[in-house]
Amino acid sequence: MAGPVAFFAVFFAYPVAAIVGRGLDVGGAWQFGRIGEVLGDPDILQVLWFTSWQALASTALTLLIALPGAYVFARFDFPGKQLLRAAVTVPFVLPTVVVGTAFLALLGRGGMLDQLWGVRLDTTVWAILLAHVFFNYAVVVRTVGGLWSQLDPRQEEAARVLGASRFAAWRKVTLPALGPAVAAASLMVFLFTFTSFGVVQILGGPAFSTLEVEIYRQTAQLLDLPTAAVLTLAQFAAVGAILALHAWTVRRRESALRLVDPAQTARRPRGAGQWSLLSGVVASVAALILVPLGVLVQRSLDTPGGYGFGYYQALQSQGAGGGTFLVPPVDAIWNSLQYALVATAIALVIGGLAAAALTRRAGPLVRGFDALLMLPLGVSAVTVGFGFLITLDKPPLDLRSSWILVPLAQALVGVPFVVRTMLPVLRAVDGRLREAAAVLGASPLRAWREVDLPMVRRALLVAAGFAFAVSLGEFGATVFIARPDNPTLPVAVARLLGRAGDLNYGQAMALSTILMLVCAVSLLVLERIRTDRSGEF
Amino acid sequence: MSTTTITRMTVTAVAAALGVTTLAACGSSDDSGSSGTKSKTVTLVSHDSFAASPAVLKEFTKETGYTVKVLKSGDAGAALNQEILTKGSPRGDVFFGVDNTLLSRALDNGLFTSYTAKGLDQVSADVQLDAGKHRVTPIDSGDICVNYDKKYFADHKIAVPQSFDDLVKPEYKNLLVTENAATSSPGLGFLLGTTAKYGDSGWESYWKKLKANGVKVVDGWEQAYNEEFSGSAGGKKAKGDRPLVVSYASSPPVEVLYAKPQPKTAPTGVATGTCFRQIEFAGLLDGAKNTAGGKALIDFLVSKTFQEDMPLNMFVDPVAKNAKVPALFTEFGAKVTDPETVAPDTIAKNRDQWVKSWSSLVLK
Repeated sequence: MAGPVAFFAVFFAYPVAAIVGRGLDVGGAWQFGRIGEVLGDPDILQVLWFTSWQALASTALTLLIALPGAYVFARFDFPGKQLLRAAVTVPFVLPTVVVGTAFLALLGRGGMLDQLWGVRLDTTVWAILLAHVFFNYAVVVRTVGGLWSQLDPRQEEAARVLGASRFAAWRKVTLPALGPAVAAASLMVFLFTFTSFGVVQILGGPAFSTLEVEIYRQTAQLLDLPTAAVLTLAQFAAVGAILALHAWTVRRRESALRLVDPAQTARRPRGAGQWSLLSGVVASVAALILVPLGVLVQRSLDTPGGYGFGYYQALQSQGAGGGTFLVPPVDAIWNSLQYALVATAIALVIGGLAAAALTRRAGPLVRGFDALLMLPLGVSAVTVGFGFLITLDKPPLDLRSSWILVPLAQALVGVPFVVRTMLPVLRAVDGRLREAAAVLGASPLRAWREVDLPMVRRALLVAAGFAFAVSLGEFGATVFIARPDNPTLPVAVARLLGRAGDLNYGQAMALSTILMLVCAVSLLVLERIRTDRSGEF
Repeated sequence: MSTTTITRMTVTAVAAALGVTTLAACGSSDDSGSSGTKSKTVTLVSHDSFAASPAVLKEFTKETGYTVKVLKSGDAGAALNQEILTKGSPRGDVFFGVDNTLLSRALDNGLFTSYTAKGLDQVSADVQLDAGKHRVTPIDSGDICVNYDKKYFADHKIAVPQSFDDLVKPEYKNLLVTENAATSSPGLGFLLGTTAKYGDSGWESYWKKLKANGVKVVDGWEQAYNEEFSGSAGGKKAKGDRPLVVSYASSPPVEVLYAKPQPKTAPTGVATGTCFRQIEFAGLLDGAKNTAGGKALIDFLVSKTFQEDMPLNMFVDPVAKNAKVPALFTEFGAKVTDPETVAPDTIAKNRDQWVKSWSSLVLK
C-alpha cells in the first residue's frame, strides 16, 4: 500500500494542497474569513445551486433513459449487441471539445430535432441534461446491467410460480438485489455531472456555470486564487460526501448474491412487448448517441469536392496545419498511443497494488483510502495542473517540462477505474486456494502465478483497457502540459478547432473520428474478454 | 485458451515497456542540452496559438547556436497566469504572448527583466507600450473586428455594417454573435473597443441596445466562429445562422488560405469601424536560466526573418517596419486604419469591473 499512497501524496495531494494553500495562506496567516465571504456571495450561491440541481436532474434523466437499456443489454440476445455496447461507451471516453460540437448537430439549429419538430435546445438547460445522459449512459448500463445479467432469473420465476404477479415478483425479488447497483451507478453519474465542465461550457453557453467551470475561470482566467481555493474546498466537501455514500453502497452490494454466468441469462426477446422494448432502447441509443457520433464522421468526409478522404490525407502533411504543429497532425495519434500506454502501465501498477492492499486489509483507514483513490475524478484538472506547476519545480522532481507529466496526469484518472474493476474480482479469490497451493509446496510467487493470476488476468486486461481509453481522452490536465512537438489527439483537435478555415475544421473532424475509432476498437476488444464478475463502472 | 491470454498479456506488457523506452528516449534527447555548463537550449513559453515554421527556428539555431524548445500552456490568459504562479522559478527563459489587455498584470507582478532588443528601431513607436523600461518587446499586432458573411448580405440586399453604431440598427437584428468577455480574448477585445468608443458613461447603454437588438453570446471563439457564424467553412457545415461574428481582421485571408481550391475572393469581410487593436509582447523572464539565449531569442523575434514568417503562422501583423506583409493579407485582408485602443493602465484599472458589469448586463 506504500506505493499507491506515495504516488497519490506526491502527484495529487501535495500539488492540490499547495495550490489551495497558496490561495488561503497570505503571508503566513490563514484567511479562513474568505470562506464565509466567498460562500456568501450571491453569484457563487447561484453557481452552487445550479451545480446541484442540474446534477440531480441529469442523474434522474440518465436513470430514466438508461435503466431500460441496462435491462435490454442484460437479458436479451440480439445481433450487433457487442458493437452497440461498445458504441454506447465511446462517449464516456471522448473529450468534450469534440462531443460538444457533435451534440450541437442534434440539438442546435438545423439539427435533427430542429428539422423534425423545429425544436432548438442549444444554450438551454435541456442541452446540458441530454448531453449528460449521452456521456453517462454507459455508466448505468455497465454497472446495473452487469449485475442484472448475473442475477439468476429462476429466483424471479420461482416467485411467479408461487403466485406473485409479474410486477410483484420484480419488485420483491429483482429490485432489492439491484438496488445497491442502481444506487452506486446514480452516485457515479451524480459525481460526473456535478463536476461537469466542457459540456456546460460548450452547450450551455455563458449563462450557465457549474462549480467546476467557476474554479477554472477563477484560477486560469482571473487568477483569483483565494476564491478558487474556497470553491475547491467546497467541491471537495461535496465530492467527499458523494464518495462516502458510494463506498457504503458498494459494501452493501458485496453481500452474497447468487450470481450466474451472464451467457445463461440472456435470450432472444419474445412477444410484441419485449420486441418493442428492444426497439425502443435501440431507437433511443441511435438518437442520443449514434447520431451525434455519426455527425462527426459525416463532417470529416464532407470535403468541398464531395465526399472523400481529403481531410485524412491532409493530416499527414506538416504544412497543412500552418506552423501549429511542428509535426504532421497524424503524429498525434502515435503520441497519444505512447502516452496512453505509459499511463496505462502506471495506472495498472498503482491501481493493482492499491486493489491488492484493499483486498487483504480492512478497517476504516483502508476504506478511507479506497474513497481517496476516487478523488481525482472529482477535482478540477486546472487545480491539479496548476498545482503541478508550483510543486514539481525542484530537483529531484523538476518535472514541469518533462513528458512524463502527461502520462502521470492521465494515470491519476485511470487509477480509479483500475481499482474499481480489480477489487471485486480480487475479493472473490478464495484465500484457501493459495493456502492449498502452499501446502502442496508452491512458493508464494508460484502460488500467485498459478492461482491468483489465472483468476484475475481477464479483470487485469479489462482494467488496462479502461485506463487506456480514459487516458486517450484525457484533455483537461493534458492541455496545460502537452508539449507542442508531441501533442495528444484531443489537444491536436482543440488546436485545429482554434483556427479558421475549411481545411483546419475538416482535419479536426477527421482526427476526432480517428480518436473515436481507437476508443471503440479498444472497447470492442474489451467486450471479447469481459470478466465473469463485471467491474463497478 | 490460457496460453493465448498469456501471450496477449505479454504482448501488452512488452508494448507498454516499448512505449516507455521510446518515450524516455525522445524525452531525454532534447533535454541533454540543458545539463551542460553553457546551455545550448533556450526555452520559449507561450500560449496555444504560438506557431512558427520549423525552417525559421532552424535558422535561429544556425545563427546563434541555440535550439528553441517551445512550451505551450493553454490560452493566452491561462498561460500568463501560470507564469505568474511560477514567478522566480520559471519554466523557460522567454515568455511570448502577453497582450495589451493583460500587460499590466504581467508588469505589476514583476515577471520580466529589462532588455532592449536589437532591431527595436525598426518597430513603430505606437506599439511600444513599455518604451521607458523595455521589460517587454512588442512582437505582433492584430485587430479584433466584426466579420461579415458576404453571401448573406448580397442575398438579402442589405448593406454590410461598418461601425459600432450600425450594429444596433434594426436591419441587423439577431445577426451578431460574440464571445463571453469574461473567458474569451476576442470577446474582451470587442468589449474594450466599445468602452473606447462610447466612454465610461456610454458603453453600458450601447450594450443594452445591442442586447435588445438580439446579440448572441457564446463562450469561446471556436463556437462563435465554427458553429454560429454562417460565413466560415465550419459554420457552413454546422448550418450557422449568424452572418456577423466577432473575430479577427485576419480571418478572411485565413478562410482563403485553407480552402481548396483557393477562391478568387474571400467569403467573408471585415467591418473596419468595429476594430480593437491587440498587441502581443515577449519578455525575458525574471529568473531565466539561459539569459544570453533568451536575449538572442527576443532579438530574433523582432528580426525580419521571424516577422515575415509569423503572419501566415499566427495570422497577425508584423510590427517591424522592414518586414513585408504577405500578399495573402494585402489581397484578401482589410486595411484597418483607425482601430480603437485603450491604454494598458486604464485596462488594468477597469477590466475586472467592466467585465463584471458586462456579465450582469448581457448574460443575465
